Amino acid sequence: MDVLFPLTVLGYVLATIIYLVWFIKQQKDSRFAARWVLTAAGILHTLSLIARYLEVGHTPITNMHEAVSFFAWSMTWGFLIFRWRYRVKNFGVFVSVGITLLMAVAAMSSREVVPLPPALRSHWLPVHASIALMANAFLAMGFFGGIMYLLQEREIKSRRFGIFFERLPSLESLDSLNQHCLAVGFPLLTLGIITGSVWAKQAWGSYWQWDPKETWSLITWFIYAALLHFRFTMGWRRRRAAIMSIVGFGAALFTLWGVTFLLGGVHSYAG
Amino acid sequence: MLADTLLIVGVNHKVAPVEVREKLAHNAGCENPVVGIKAIPGCRECCFLGTCNRVEVICSSSSPETTAHAVRQHLFAGSGLSDEEIERYSYLHVGGEAVHHLFRVAASLDSMIVGEPQILGQLKKAYRAAAELQTVGPVLNRFINKSFSVAKRVRTETNIGSSAVSISYAAVQLAKKILGSLADKRVMLVGAGEMAELAAEHLIAQGVAGVVVANRTLERAIGLAQRFNGTAVSLEGLAEELENVDILISSTGATGLVLMRDDVKPIMRQRMNRPLFLIDIAVPRDLDPKLNDLDNVYLYDIDNLKDVVEVNKSERQKEADHASRIVVEETGKFQLWLDGMDVTPTIVAMRQKADSIRLSEVERTLSQLKDLSPKQVKAIEVLASSLINKMLHHPIAFLKEKSEAEGQTRKLEMVRRVFAPQPHFFL
Repeated sequence: MDVLFPLTVLGYVLATIIYLVWFIKQQKDSRFAARWVLTAAGILHTLSLIARYLEVGHTPITNMHEAVSFFAWSMTWGFLIFRWRYRVKNFGVFVSVGITLLMAVAAMSSREVVPLPPALRSHWLPVHASIALMANAFLAMGFFGGIMYLLQEREIKSRRFGIFFERLPSLESLDSLNQHCLAVGFPLLTLGIITGSVWAKQAWGSYWQWDPKETWSLITWFIYAALLHFRFTMGWRRRRAAIMSIVGFGAALFTLWGVTFLLGGVHSYAG
Repeated sequence: MLADTLLIVGVNHKVAPVEVREKLAHNAGCENPVVGIKAIPGCRECCFLGTCNRVEVICSSSSPETTAHAVRQHLFAGSGLSDEEIERYSYLHVGGEAVHHLFRVAASLDSMIVGEPQILGQLKKAYRAAAELQTVGPVLNRFINKSFSVAKRVRTETNIGSSAVSISYAAVQLAKKILGSLADKRVMLVGAGEMAELAAEHLIAQGVAGVVVANRTLERAIGLAQRFNGTAVSLEGLAEELENVDILISSTGATGLVLMRDDVKPIMRQRMNRPLFLIDIAVPRDLDPKLNDLDNVYLYDIDNLKDVVEVNKSERQKEADHASRIVVEETGKFQLWLDGMDVTPTIVAMRQKADSIRLSEVERTLSQLKDLSPKQVKAIEVLASSLINKMLHHPIAFLKEKSEAEGQTRKLEMVRRVFAPQPHFFL
C-alpha cells in the first residue's frame, strides 16, 4: 500500500518538470502533457489518501505528514476545479511548484501511524481540519497569484521585459485571480475557525482559549479580512492586494507550522 | 528661358513649437488654400499639405524668391508674427533641396516617428485635392507622383515602417497586459499627432469603449473627437476627466509638463486605484516621469515603447540610413529630369539624339556601299545632316518661341515625349 504515496510524489515532480519546460520553451504539447500528468498525480493522491484512511482507521489529517499531504491534495484539486471554470495563463506552473514543495515536506515528515489521542477522537476532526487545510490551499493559490502579479508588475513598471512579460497573464487577470482565491479561501478560513471553536467547546469546555494556534489563525483571518474590506471600500487592489495575500499566506503558514514547532499549545499534537 | 523652379515652404514639428503651428492660417480642416496660393505672382503650380505636425506648400514658380516670400506671408497671415519670426519658424527648400525634402517627407523620414505610415496617405489626399482644384500641372504632377513611388520603394526595400506600426502595436499589447480586456476601457488623447492618432486607431480597433480628446483649442479637440466618435474637453478639464479614463496618450508639443505627479495622486484615490496607463509620445515630454512611481500608474514614453519593440536601436538607424540613401538616389534621378525641363538642355538633348542617329545610320550605309568616291561619301553625310537639321528646325523654333510659363512647361513636356517616350534615353 505504501507504493501509492511515492508514486504520487513522482507524478507531481514530473508534472512540475513538464510545466517548467513548458514555461521556458512554450511548446503547446508540453502544457497538455503537464496538465494530464498533474491530473493523474491528483487521482493517485486521492487513492493514496483513501488507502491511508483504511490503514489508520480515521481521516488521515492528524500529523504533519497527513496534514501537509491533504493540503497539497486540496491545492491540486482546487486548482484543477478552478481551472475548469476560470483560466489563468501559466498559473499551473506556479501551483505545481507549490504542490511539489508541499509534497516534499510531507515526504520528509514521519509517516508512522500513532494511535489517535483521546482529544482528537471526534467527528469534528475531519470537518475542522479538512476545512482549515482547504482554506490554506486556496490562500496558497492566492499567494502564488500574488507572486505572479509582483513579477509581472515589476517588468511592466521597470519597462524591462524579461521572461515573465510574455508568459504571465495581464495584471488585471492576476488581480481577479487574487479576488477569486480569496472569495473561496476566506469563507473556508472563517468556517475553519468556527468549527474549531465549536469543537473546542465540546472538547475543552470553552470556545476560545487563546491557544497560540487560535491566536495565529485569528491574526491570519484579520489580515485577509482587512484585505477584503479595503479592497471594496478603498480600492486596495492589485499591488497592495498581491502583497497582502503574500503576507496573509505567510501568517497562514506560520499558523500551520510555526506555531506547532515554535510555540506549542493544545494543537501541538499535530506535529 | 529657365523653366520653373520647384520650391517648398513649410513648417514642421522640428522648426516650430505647437503654439506657432496652431497660429497658421490654414489648419487642417479648413478650406484648401491652394487657390489663394496659386494667385501669388510667379506661382505656376501648387499643392498644400497640412497635418498635425506639419504644413508644406509645394510650388513651382518662375520667380522663386518673391513667391516664397508671398507664400510665407500667406501661411502666417493673421498670426501677428514678425517677418524674422516667420523666417525662423518656417523653412524654404528650392530646387534639388525641395525634391529631397518632399521625398523624405513622403518616405516618412521627416516624421516625428520615423516610418509612421499616415503621412503618405495625407500627401496623396493633398495631391488629390490640388488636382481637383486644378492647381497642379505637369511639373508637380510628376514631382508628387514620383514622391509616392519613392515612398513605396523605401517601404518595400527597407524595414522602416515596421517600427512605427510596432510601436503602436506595443502600446496595445502593454495596455492589454496592464488592463486586461480593453472592451470596457476608455482612451484619452491629449493633443494630436500622427503617432497618437495611429495608436488611438489601434486601440479603437481593439474595441475600447470610448475616446476623449483634450486639446488646447477646443475646436480642434472637437474635430478630432468626431473622427473617433468620442467627446471633446478642453485642456483645463484634463485632470477631471482623468477619473474616467484608463489609457492616456499625450502628444501636445507643449514646452513644459502637462500632467504632474501631484495632479494624479489624488485622482488615483477617486479612481479606487483602478490602473492608469499613460503613454507620452510628445517631444519634449508632456508627462512627469515621477508619475511612474505612483501605485497602479504605468508611464511609458516613446523611447520606452521603442525599447519594447524588439528591433534594436542600431537596426532602426540602419533602416533609416538605407531609406535616406534611396531618397538621395531618387532625388538625383529626379533632378536630372527636372534639369531637362528647360529649353536649352532639351534642345541640346534633341540634337545629341539626332546626331547619334545620323552618325550610326551614315556609318551603316557607308559600310554597305564600299566603292564610293570621297565626294559621294561627303554627299551622303551632307544629306543626312541637312535632313536632321530640317527635321529639327521647327520643333526647336517652337520651343524657343516665347510663351507664358505654364504653356512653356507643357510644351517642353510634350516635345520631350514626342522625341523620347522613355525619359532616360533622352537625357
